[in-house]
Amino acid sequence: MTLFDKFSKLAQDRASLIQDKQKSPFGTRIDQIYSPTEGRVGERRVVLAGTNNYLGLTFDPDCIAAARHALEEEGTGTTGSRMANGTYGSHWALEAELAEFFGRRSAMVFSTGYLANLGTIGTLAGPEDIVLLDADCHASIYDACRMGGSQGIRFRHNDAADMEKRLRRLGDRARDTLIVVEGIYSMLGDQAPLADIADVKRRLGGFLMVDEAHSVGVLGEHGRGLAEAAGVEADVDMIVGTFSKSLGAIGGFAVSQHPELDLLRYASRPYIFTASSSPSSIASVRAALKVMQARPELRQRLWDNAGRLYSGLAALGYSLGPQLGPVVAVTLGSPQEGVAFWNALIENGVYVNLVLPPASPGGQALVRVSVSAAHSFEQIDRIIEAFDRLRPLVAGGEQAPAQLVEGEASAG
Amino acid sequence: MTSQEQVLQRLFVHLGRLVRDKAAIHPDVDLVQELGLDSIEVMNMLMEIEDEFDISVPLNVLAEVRTPAQLAQAIFGLLEAGE
Repeated sequence: MTLFDKFSKLAQDRASLIQDKQKSPFGTRIDQIYSPTEGRVGERRVVLAGTNNYLGLTFDPDCIAAARHALEEEGTGTTGSRMANGTYGSHWALEAELAEFFGRRSAMVFSTGYLANLGTIGTLAGPEDIVLLDADCHASIYDACRMGGSQGIRFRHNDAADMEKRLRRLGDRARDTLIVVEGIYSMLGDQAPLADIADVKRRLGGFLMVDEAHSVGVLGEHGRGLAEAAGVEADVDMIVGTFSKSLGAIGGFAVSQHPELDLLRYASRPYIFTASSSPSSIASVRAALKVMQARPELRQRLWDNAGRLYSGLAALGYSLGPQLGPVVAVTLGSPQEGVAFWNALIENGVYVNLVLPPASPGGQALVRVSVSAAHSFEQIDRIIEAFDRLRPLVAGGEQAPAQLVEGEASAG
Repeated sequence: MTSQEQVLQRLFVHLGRLVRDKAAIHPDVDLVQELGLDSIEVMNMLMEIEDEFDISVPLNVLAEVRTPAQLAQAIFGLLEAGE
């Protein structure tokens, strides 16, 4: 087998999945962006409902003004690592602001959210250490275990009792285990049972890390995420997150009360061996953090939109994710049916994310609709109407039974 | 004490639930290339095995494992270490 032969299966799978006249759902070219919620794909103007732009801040005037000012004052890029010439005053200022926002001792800013997980988990947990992770954790968390060579052990998704069983099984080693969960899981949009997980940690020990990538700005009275909403911030040793969702730019962060976080800077390869975020990105994130705090009504609007979409799709009989939230997952059928449905949604003026197995659970394709505070009710209704027109494409067609499980709606 | 052969037999039971072509299952078959399992299916099977034998099997053992025989050997090694 030569170096490139391993990709032949990928090429075959791709060819069998996407028909000649279909657009590819993977790496879709969005030809023009009009607003946080509208764009153009080919000739088709679409409502963007697969962007993770939860608060719609990508076009916020304050964020744009801050980014523009930084661009003009500090240039297009830092051209260097945080460790060398890539730490500007604004990187430090953002770290101080994040630490204050989360009420933690210190913060570290990374160049992406992916690198934040790699740079924290992959550095903290080495070959002698155990990482106990939810089975549905993001790929970056799995990759971080690989990078650090740590001993990753999975527990059943969102099952605190299963987590407890596996932690008990570790005996004395439980006390030094790094437990990793997510605030909102990106595929199904469900939340970790964090109060129960924190309770297990209190009883058996371990260190608890919560990836709040999809929950910062979305959950909690102040938008600090699930740890705040669940009232267990004191039990969480470290929060990691991203700037590329609610905060509307790119980058990642970690906050913690442990003083060792500051030492991680000198040991974390994904922090050291990559260039730092551009001044304009840092500036827009700092502005977005202020807007997020000053305008809690954005969070309320996000939840109103999520509720409208969730109930609208449930009423149509679609099989949805288990819990109401700004990610609404709709289970479809085979991967081929998924591709056809996704294409038909584009034709009906709606862009969403298609997720195929094994990334989607149960061997079935799903479309992941993400809601923004910037969506108008009219846009949400257009999304629902498109799904209504496409009901005949889904297995069971018009008779598709409702499989809605009542979730705990919480903007809390 | 459980033998390596017993571990292998339990793996076969789990594989039998996952794979359509039962005749293809043997100790030296490649789990991914030949049986067509994806990474999540292999990791989920590992979770079942952990419960069955009441042991912790870190994911990094999978980096070295391609076949049921190799997986049985890795699990058996962990069982022995825990005895």
